[in-house]
Amino acid sequence: MVPISYYLILAAALFCLGMFGVLIRRNALVVFMCVELMLNAANLTFLAFAKQNGHLTGHVSAFFVIAVAAAEASIGLAIVIAVFRSRGTVSIEEIRTMKH
Amino acid sequence: MNIELVLFGAFALLTLLSAGLVIFAKSAISSAMSLVATFFFLAGIYVLLWAHTVAVLQVLVYAGAIMVLFLFVIMLLNLGEETSAGPRLTLSRILGGAAAAGLLVVLVMVIWRIPAPTTTFTGAQAVASGFGTLPAIGQVIYTQWLLPFEAVSLLLLVAMVGAVVVAKSRI
Repeated sequence: MVPISYYLILAAALFCLGMFGVLIRRNALVVFMCVELMLNAANLTFLAFAKQNGHLTGHVSAFFVIAVAAAEASIGLAIVIAVFRSRGTVSIEEIRTMKH
Repeated sequence: MNIELVLFGAFALLTLLSAGLVIFAKSAISSAMSLVATFFFLAGIYVLLWAHTVAVLQVLVYAGAIMVLFLFVIMLLNLGEETSAGPRLTLSRILGGAAAAGLLVVLVMVIWRIPAPTTTFTGAQAVASGFGTLPAIGQVIYTQWLLPFEAVSLLLLVAMVGAVVVAKSRI
């Protein structure tokens, strides 16, 4: 039997990869994909603890996270489309109107 | 060397590899395809965690619905390869890598200190209680988590209307 800590370390590695991507990538769409990676890492943690304790609440939480991720993706991509329509770019370095 | 450890190792390696490809791929479309692969391998890990229902949802909702949305937007915006995607080592990238590596070290240290579980949940118990099956999860959702479930359905409705309102130029 694989210890739970292996799954948790995999989730931590996945979360850090996602965070690294959010910090270094300039394409707004790829940044979104990296956020999805981080959400999946959180899901993995929920499911690992659910297996350890024999509680199904972790599965329910993962289910809600998937639903919220779907909502987040649809709204986020709509915003990306709207920004692309008005500015012609999806690079987050060139979208700086609200910076000051 | 048991089969669970072998499968976990293989799926974990492939997950991390394809997650790395998501970040370092040059075009957005190969990032999206690597993300689909990541979701499939993660679904394999979920099955190892006895979460069959969530694994199926992962493939249906994430690799199906959400990634189709991503691919549609990438093709709609007609994004080519990034022009300045060379291996530049700027200060922000170094700082980002250092922050991610630092967080990983801290997390691994914390996970290492988690005390061993006092009670064990065995496979026989899981089979007996229907752990991870759709009826068992439905039982929990529709009794203990009914209000959050309804709130999530409302959230999805708001997101649907909001996406149309934001993305459409003229209503």
